[in-house]
Amino acid sequence: MSNTTGSATWLRRLLIGTGVTLSVLLLLTPLLLIFIAAFASGVGGIISNLQDADMLHAIGLTLLVAGLTVPINLIFGTLIAWCVTRFTFPGRRLLLTLIDIPFAVSPVVAGLLYLLLYGSNGPFATWLDAANLQLMFAWPGLVMVTVFVSCPFVVKELVPLMSTLGTEQEEAAVLLGASGWQVFWQITFPNIRWALLYGVILTNARAVGEFGAVSVVSGTIRGQTNTLPLHIELLQQDYNTTGAFIAAALLTLMAIATLVVKAVLQWRMHR
Amino acid sequence: MSAWRSKSVLPGFTISLGSSLFFIGLVILLPLTGLVIQVAELSWQDYWAIISDPRVVASYKVTASAALVASIFNLFFGLLMAWILTRYRFPGRVLLDGLMDLPFALPTAVAGLTLAALFATQGWFGQYLALWDIKVSYTWLGIVVAMVFTSVPFVVRTVQPVLEEFGPEYEEASATLGASPWQTFWHVIFPEIKPALLMGTALSFTRSLGEFGAVIFIAGNIPWQTEVTSLMIFIRLQEFDYAAAAAIASVVLLVSLILLFVINGIQQRYQHISGALK
Repeated sequence: MSNTTGSATWLRRLLIGTGVTLSVLLLLTPLLLIFIAAFASGVGGIISNLQDADMLHAIGLTLLVAGLTVPINLIFGTLIAWCVTRFTFPGRRLLLTLIDIPFAVSPVVAGLLYLLLYGSNGPFATWLDAANLQLMFAWPGLVMVTVFVSCPFVVKELVPLMSTLGTEQEEAAVLLGASGWQVFWQITFPNIRWALLYGVILTNARAVGEFGAVSVVSGTIRGQTNTLPLHIELLQQDYNTTGAFIAAALLTLMAIATLVVKAVLQWRMHR
Repeated sequence: MSAWRSKSVLPGFTISLGSSLFFIGLVILLPLTGLVIQVAELSWQDYWAIISDPRVVASYKVTASAALVASIFNLFFGLLMAWILTRYRFPGRVLLDGLMDLPFALPTAVAGLTLAALFATQGWFGQYLALWDIKVSYTWLGIVVAMVFTSVPFVVRTVQPVLEEFGPEYEEASATLGASPWQTFWHVIFPEIKPALLMGTALSFTRSLGEFGAVIFIAGNIPWQTEVTSLMIFIRLQEFDYAAAAAIASVVLLVSLILLFVINGIQQRYQHISGALK
């Protein structure tokens, strides 16, 4: 950059200036507003809002949904990635396209798909009634749609990495007599652990923050099927703006933690 | 089976294929059949009447036009950010790079709540825009802002790796040979990043078409004016008109699936950018 001419320096300053200004206005200012608005009624306001029974229930339910979704998608995501990167078979490409569908489908449509299938008018209604199982407008439904919307993350992190890694090391281990379990834990896992963790972090962020799909199958019953993102909407409709921003600030802390872990993991993966 | 599993000696083919098919079948394909069953119960006339209802058609126009404007904005903004993040070194660059991912990490309801407050007539931005008589919250423009915010990372994150790999040598060579910055961009850089740019914009557009959480907080949801199609589905559901909800959803789903195949097509045609698309 030592030989840059005057006009190049000018262009450089203009581009950086525009980019930084737009990013600050569009991305950083909203972040600041969330925390300032959450503190609008002081620390006392935050404590009383956080002690509210419905708020506590929403936090608990959100943790439950994420706590069940993440392991399910971690296990099946790893199996799918193993299947499509370690073997060649007809329909492999189709499998990879099918796993992309949840990212292309609008969240509201995703929720609707499950409501139509497992709801009281769906094909399984009589069977579910007989078994006394209520999936929709109850927590199992929330978990089901959350699994749907967040299932591509782990696969999308693992597939490019595992394709690049190749299979030589694993094949060598098999030829030396390692069992499948040993091959995975001692050869594959150490190579993919950061990507796997990265996938988990992204799955978790989506599971905690999902709104559209969850709002269709939740029925937003206060204290029963209300997750934290849905609770924000309820609080805002109650004109409790501060409460809404306190719930939002909790979710924002999760988002910031996600970004920090993501940055650390990317740094480790590139090393 | 062993005939088409190539010659791999690795274990776990049956169990990983079996569980992949089980998961994809149960989680992705089975729910899609629920929609097909519901739509199949409608006669063609009823189906057409639902999806061509004027209020629903108004929502298609609102959604598609806002998504188009938002993705075009992100095309330019994303290109600018990818450029300055890869080509320049300045204080705060690493932080700015991390900030680009915020819209994916931040729940959409939080984004919607916050943007609506920022752009309200008393808000930090809204009070100044009001001086120019520009209203954002509870208008079509608000929908655009919400869509822009939620799909910022797509173009940045698809173009950035391509620019990193392409390196500044070509631009320097071009400048040394006497090309103006504009000529260098148009003839040297643009052809190289075109597929990634196209793909990022298409992803941004697809995401914007389906965006719900951020949009409903800021849109005001006025019938005929600021209702997006996702909201129309939601409204039909609240009226317990499941058939109508399914019919409108089938239109949205068809458009998303076509876009998905187009995007996958672009990705396969330009394999060299596929590594970048995690």
